[in-house]
Amino acid sequence: MLLDVKNLEVTFALRSGPVQAIRNISFSLDRGERLGLVGESGAGKSVAGFSILNLISQPGFISGGEIFFEGKNLIKMSEKELNTIRGDRISMIFQDPMMTLNPVLTLGTQMTEIVRTHHKLSKKEARSLAIETLRQVHIPTPEKRIDQYPHELSGGMRQRVVIACALISKPALIIADEPTTALDVTIQAEIMDLLLELCESENMGLILITHDLSVVAQMTDRIAVMYAGKIVEIGKTQQVIRESQHPYTQGLLKALPQKRFIGKRLNQIDGSMPSLLSMPTGCSFHPRCPILDDRCRAERPSLQDCRLEGHQAACFKVEGK
Amino acid sequence: MKEAWLQFKSSFFLYSFLRDPVAIVSFLIFLVLVILSFLAPAIAPHDPYDLAAIDIMDAELPPVWMAEGENRFLLGTDGQGRDLYSTILYGMRTSIIIGILAVLLQAFLGICIGLIAGYFGGLVDNFLMRLADIQLSFSTLLVAIIIGALFQTAFGVEKYEDFSLILLIIIIGIAEWPQYARTMRASVLAERKKEYVEAARVIGLKSGRIMWRHIFPNALSPILVISTVQVANAVMSEAALSFLGLGMPITKPSLGALINAGFEYFISGIWWITAFPGFVLVILIFVINLLGDWVRDVLNPKLYKH
Amino acid sequence: MTPLLEVTNLYKHFDISGGLLDQLQFEGGRIVRKKTTVKAINGVSFDVHPGETLCMVGESGCGKSTVARTVLGLYEPNQGEIRYKGERIDNLPPSKMRAFRAKMQMVFQDPYASLNPRMKVQQILEEPIKIHKAAATSKEIAEKISEVMKDVGVDPHWKNRYPHEFSGGQRQRISIARALMVDPEFVVADEPISALDVSIQAQILNLMMDAQEERNLSYLFITHDLSVVEHIGTRVAVMYLGTLCELSSTRKLFESPRHPYTQALLSAIPRLDEEKPNHIKLKGEVPTPIHLPSGCVFHARCPLANERCKQEIPKLLTIEENLQVACHAVEEQRD
Repeated sequence: MLLDVKNLEVTFALRSGPVQAIRNISFSLDRGERLGLVGESGAGKSVAGFSILNLISQPGFISGGEIFFEGKNLIKMSEKELNTIRGDRISMIFQDPMMTLNPVLTLGTQMTEIVRTHHKLSKKEARSLAIETLRQVHIPTPEKRIDQYPHELSGGMRQRVVIACALISKPALIIADEPTTALDVTIQAEIMDLLLELCESENMGLILITHDLSVVAQMTDRIAVMYAGKIVEIGKTQQVIRESQHPYTQGLLKALPQKRFIGKRLNQIDGSMPSLLSMPTGCSFHPRCPILDDRCRAERPSLQDCRLEGHQAACFKVEGK
Repeated sequence: MKEAWLQFKSSFFLYSFLRDPVAIVSFLIFLVLVILSFLAPAIAPHDPYDLAAIDIMDAELPPVWMAEGENRFLLGTDGQGRDLYSTILYGMRTSIIIGILAVLLQAFLGICIGLIAGYFGGLVDNFLMRLADIQLSFSTLLVAIIIGALFQTAFGVEKYEDFSLILLIIIIGIAEWPQYARTMRASVLAERKKEYVEAARVIGLKSGRIMWRHIFPNALSPILVISTVQVANAVMSEAALSFLGLGMPITKPSLGALINAGFEYFISGIWWITAFPGFVLVILIFVINLLGDWVRDVLNPKLYKH
Repeated sequence: MTPLLEVTNLYKHFDISGGLLDQLQFEGGRIVRKKTTVKAINGVSFDVHPGETLCMVGESGCGKSTVARTVLGLYEPNQGEIRYKGERIDNLPPSKMRAFRAKMQMVFQDPYASLNPRMKVQQILEEPIKIHKAAATSKEIAEKISEVMKDVGVDPHWKNRYPHEFSGGQRQRISIARALMVDPEFVVADEPISALDVSIQAQILNLMMDAQEERNLSYLFITHDLSVVEHIGTRVAVMYLGTLCELSSTRKLFESPRHPYTQALLSAIPRLDEEKPNHIKLKGEVPTPIHLPSGCVFHARCPLANERCKQEIPKLLTIEENLQVACHAVEEQRD
């Protein structure tokens, strides 16, 4: 097992008191496996991704749980030990490439810096590795591009460079936070192609954080659907999409425009996600749920195995095994 | 009204104020200084404006705690025999009045000009901003000399003394409006691009209404930020002008004029006439600037702290 | 049937060269003055029929939002004509334009930026009526506000709240309410759902479809999301670099896209039922609208391009009923 997150909790110490952004989530990832973390804004999917490398900024902090990566508990590690893993064994890709790339440094400087922080390489070796990696992400004439600045590249190219930066030290796991959201459809398709190809050829694990179900459908082996700081459903990608168990996942899928119902009203989920400051009692989805009963209002459901293999959902109405 | 009070009570503004001891202390000192100065006619032991009550024989007396000090004069007297404590209170009142009214004038001019420049852009913007550049290249001093000279030749020195307060307000107001105009313009340029302004245009609102009703309230917070610092600057400018003899006449001294008046005695060991008003001026400017810093931190979203 | 809105050969270029000093450049031993212009729209013609939804799609920077804003008179076109019910509106002074503003409204992309943060919902909503129906009494206005708020699904009791007290979806409802206050016939929606979450997107789309049915609205719907287009569009206009590539009925466009760019665009939509991405790969990058390519703007990336495409700008030709394409390859039936 590559990554094993157990009972992770993240709390934000706000002016009005502590608020739990991540409430007891667990998931695991095998070597070379791709997992999609799906949810709407505020569901806690980004916080979950960031907490793996303990990158949550103040006033947030990890308030409980364990994260095992290649057998070691990341939560117990000091900042210094974590830094040997960040960017080397686990890399991150962010939504906006301009936030990741430093506008005043050339691509070469930025990429060699990453490798040379973690490995003893001469400048020359690091440079040729950087060129090699740029070629790997299909950047034409990498020998020339490496001396250019980020603003000289188009949006799609920049995201390729960001991927190259994440890839250069051959990590075992990439965490990608909305890597294609800022891009146009045609470029999104190219970047998805590229990520998929690289994950397969390098046998890398991928955690893809996104709000777009159709993107994860094409990219991942498994999906974890998050709602209000919890995983409400987790299972094999096609199973979650074709035979979703949790009413939230079902509603989300039905809300997407579909070929069968062109021009008809879409199936909407009324209301909106509760704010972390005012969580409802019981199941946090119950105020929007079409099939709730009294138990849902009072009790909080936890993830349970359902009749499908390797599939769990946090809902009382789901048939167990 | 009650609703507004409740809203204020739960606001971030008050919350951060109550958690910043520096802000609280400076605000309290500022409040005390303002109250003292505006109650001057009631609490001052002497009336420095009443020429009949001044006795030249009392001149240059040191503060009470020194050997030759008299109980009547807490902080001693100045070169004309006026009680220094009372004169400082009256002088501070003059300084604060000039500071605040001059800033109001600056703000009025600057906001109007900045709003128009930022909203209409193009040639209007170019013209108004070059005007601001020209204004900035004249120092306050130059404006004071020009206006002062014009007024004195037109109406005579007597009249000048009567109107010096209003003249100083106008001088400082005119000399420093470009700060406001620039801040306002930058803020308007940022707001003008937002979709709510386009929405107002799609509705068919007239430019004036879009400017005042939509853009102005949203562009206001940087204006508040610079205002506190501008008050401190205006008080300083007034002191500097009075110190140079271009400001308040010695019969109605402001803090600056008082410092100036005492300066000629300074070398002969009579230090208090300059030192006490100087000290009050420094404290006044200091607390206003500290308050300004705090306002900037609170209102600047880029420095927003959790 | 006369079209509601008719746009003919529209051009909009933006001068971004800044002040005089920024324009001066040293070239071949001489100082020359150079202007930089963004050629946002280059000869776009289309019309909107009463009661239909014309969707305008394209990638960022293709000029679709500029078209929306030019149609509503927020930008002045450099060339071309815009007619509303046969009357020219692109050169009207603001006072005459006001009569048309009551008929044409707009819904914006960002619900956080499109509502004035310092105004209460009631103030936001009453502003359009006060301008266009000066005779309305305050009672009528209040009734209208609560009626429209109910229509868009926001509780009328909340009219004294400020925008920041609402969620993104509710703000977008208020933004739609503002557009509906004057009972318009034609609404331009500029990416109205792209800033919203999936479950909220469905709510807003439903609301817009309901409003269209009840009020017989016509939409010019700007979006980059093709699955939304397929769902609500009557006709689709595909834009690339400031020009129209293809304009046809939604069904035809999704069944058999003609223009090579439309084909690539459609193949790039991720689908829930596909397990692996499968799309047409385009070569090269999108050129900037500052340096437009000669001939067909798409020729450098087009798999079917030849000499003619590099030289000659293709015209939007009617291939069959409800299907217009601007492509030499389609015209010549190249393969």
